Amino acid sequence: MDLQNLNPSSLKSRFTARFLRALTEINAPKTISSSSPREIFQRYRRIKVAADKSMAYSVRSRRIWSRATLWRLRTRSRSRRLVSFGRRASVKTRTTASHGKENKEHHGAVLGVQAEELRELVPGGEAMDLCNLLDETAHYIKCLTTQGFCVYMGGLLCEGCC
Amino acid sequence: MSGRRSRSKQSSVSRITDDQIADLVSKLQQLIPELRRRRFNKVSSSKVLQETCNYIRSLHREVDDLSDRLSQLLASTDSDSDQAAIIRSLLM
Repeated sequence: MDLQNLNPSSLKSRFTARFLRALTEINAPKTISSSSPREIFQRYRRIKVAADKSMAYSVRSRRIWSRATLWRLRTRSRSRRLVSFGRRASVKTRTTASHGKENKEHHGAVLGVQAEELRELVPGGEAMDLCNLLDETAHYIKCLTTQGFCVYMGGLLCEGCC
Repeated sequence: MSGRRSRSKQSSVSRITDDQIADLVSKLQQLIPELRRRRFNKVSSSKVLQETCNYIRSLHREVDDLSDRLSQLLASTDSDSDQAAIIRSLLM
């Protein structure tokens, strides 16, 4: 895989660079028992977080879903120490959710019910009005496919190195 | 999209029309492999939303499986220094 040929400003190349960097960090501390099931599971979780982080940081705050993901990642890492942080997060959702609800009732009333399921799948979806939800979903899907591609490429790389 | 922020007045609620919603739904339809072929047949908006949810879930599962496979692979490497060096050189 030739990274130099990728457009340096494209989402794919930004994501891949971040993700590969994270992978080398995840793989760095090599202990004797590195293939125990527990270690493998911990590595799996770190890879998943790295994939979500790489994706969200590559998009930054340009999208509601990426801001929600960044928020969730940051809150999770501090959740043990700061209980009040979680309370602030729920207040934040409440104020924007009531704003979104007015639009849910007026527009696409039929779609409003089906959109509930989608709201749970798209980060930050609970607080979006239907228009934003549909728009954000389209971008989120594009990024998810890029994420899958990059994790797959990371796997190929590691396979090639074994 | 930034114009939609001023939604506090009741009268501006009609700015978001059903046409805009239909347009966004059809854009979504193009992204979903299941529905892309049926472009010229009318697919209902609720069907699009349903398939979108299924598709997002399958994408999540795919990333999960790939991450799982990757974690297994990283555990089975013989020499971590070789692998790390190769990956690092690819990043340059």
